[in-house]
Amino acid sequence: MSVTLLDIVWAAVGAVALVTAVSILGVSLVWLERKFLGRLQGRPGPNRVGPFGLLQPVADGIKLLWKEDVSPGPSAKVLFYVAPLLVFVPSFVVWLTIPFTRDLALRNLDTSVFFFVAFSTLSIVGVLLAGWSAASKYSVLGGFRAAAQLVSYEIPLIVIAITMVALAGSMSFVDIVEAQRTVPYIALVPLAAVLFFIAGLAEIGRTPFDIYLAESEVVGGPLVEYSGAHWAVFYLAEYGNTFLVGALTALLFLGGWSWPFGTLPAPAAVALFLTKSYFVTVLIFWVRGTYPRLRIDQMMSLGWKILIPLSFVTLVTVVVQRFYGWPSWTLTLMSLATLALAAWLQTRLQGAPARALAEKYRRDAVVVQAKPRLHREAPAAAKVEASS
Amino acid sequence: MDLVLFYVIGFVTLLAGAGVVSARNVVHAALFLLTSMAGVAAAFVLLYAEFLALVQVLIYGGAIVIVILFALMLTRHGEFQVTAEHRRWPVAAVASIALFGLLAASVVLDDRARGTDARVGVGINRLGAELFERWAVPFEIASILLLVAMIGAIVIARGGGSDEP
Repeated sequence: MSVTLLDIVWAAVGAVALVTAVSILGVSLVWLERKFLGRLQGRPGPNRVGPFGLLQPVADGIKLLWKEDVSPGPSAKVLFYVAPLLVFVPSFVVWLTIPFTRDLALRNLDTSVFFFVAFSTLSIVGVLLAGWSAASKYSVLGGFRAAAQLVSYEIPLIVIAITMVALAGSMSFVDIVEAQRTVPYIALVPLAAVLFFIAGLAEIGRTPFDIYLAESEVVGGPLVEYSGAHWAVFYLAEYGNTFLVGALTALLFLGGWSWPFGTLPAPAAVALFLTKSYFVTVLIFWVRGTYPRLRIDQMMSLGWKILIPLSFVTLVTVVVQRFYGWPSWTLTLMSLATLALAAWLQTRLQGAPARALAEKYRRDAVVVQAKPRLHREAPAAAKVEASS
Repeated sequence: MDLVLFYVIGFVTLLAGAGVVSARNVVHAALFLLTSMAGVAAAFVLLYAEFLALVQVLIYGGAIVIVILFALMLTRHGEFQVTAEHRRWPVAAVASIALFGLLAASVVLDDRARGTDARVGVGINRLGAELFERWAVPFEIASILLLVAMIGAIVIARGGGSDEP
């Protein structure tokens, strides 16, 4: 097989179709998130432009494209305009190997899990460059925060991906989904699903982990100086990645397009896969509406002290189970036991400083109680002094 | 068409490589390095070595370029203008040309490479089996080497005094 001109033309057509699909997806997710967050907070969400506010993201998009594209004077112009591409391109290249059903994927690689891992690291370069090239101290700080965060959370994400590869015995998403025909992997390794979801949240910088975009600390991080269309490209990449985490969770843990009651016809299978992906995506929005942002040190210690050790424990338990051929319920048991142990340890250790503080306050409270007695004695002493 | 693509990719790779050593701005040089690495990855794809291509993107394109960028951005700009015009650049040139010659000679003089049909890619399963069965010991030695390097980096970063906990 060799490459022909027709192949290249088809590749170009595929790329254009892919970019269009990811863009439409991003725009629809903006609407979904605003509407859902609004409902969570007891607001109607966007409801003026079009039915149910459906045209709101279109209006936003038109506004963004018409805005002036400003770049700060001392910025490195070339890098400043290349950086959004470096973030956006990997986020849609990854979609090349995501299968929607067994036969519906742009490219079915044997190594599609590895493909995802390899290309998802590239966007870090873009974020780092975006922060540095703007020549603004907030964006530089944000860029460094982003690099530190993304590099840290890449490790548990990759280790969990390796775990699922070991469990299915294949690096292809298709084989991993086919292996979940009867039991989805979330039932076998619930801990891995939790770890993957948390690491994925951090990897896309959604709310509990939006530390490098934190408005109150670095006023928007690497994106401070971007405006108009270039900012829109970052935004689009973010929503594309959000849905990507949803799709990957659906593929690796929720059984993708398969369900336990036999094989579905292709359209129903795609619908099932999309339903699962949207479910996880809405879960991500829900987390955003619920939890406050972590502090940067909390984020780092969560990643290095909890997620990375736990992900390696998961990998080892899965490999041991596969090697000795133990029944699969032992895996569920081990995974749940590790999850329970980690949760128990975490609540104990996390509570320790608070308990110490409570103890200190209790001691201080004794002193506060003692004070009024002194206070009551003082006027008596003064009276004695006055009478003498 | 394969050949045309190969030459286009090779040209871009070499151009980017020339950019790495000639760029005035060090961050531009790092970006050229990324382009060059991506070109090498594309060449691997054309040679039916998709696993190697992905490793190239992951290790060199992602990890190493990020580390280089980190190092560049955390140090001051002025220092690099001096190091770029170092007096010992002829030594560096001789060393790199010698290394290139060595690598090229080893490829050209290797008879085995000529006999095999390079058009057949090695499947990921076979690669894994070879790596973890036949070459398990070198693999483990490499991982120990990396572990030692990691511990060494931590020791250096901590400032390594015996009085420290």
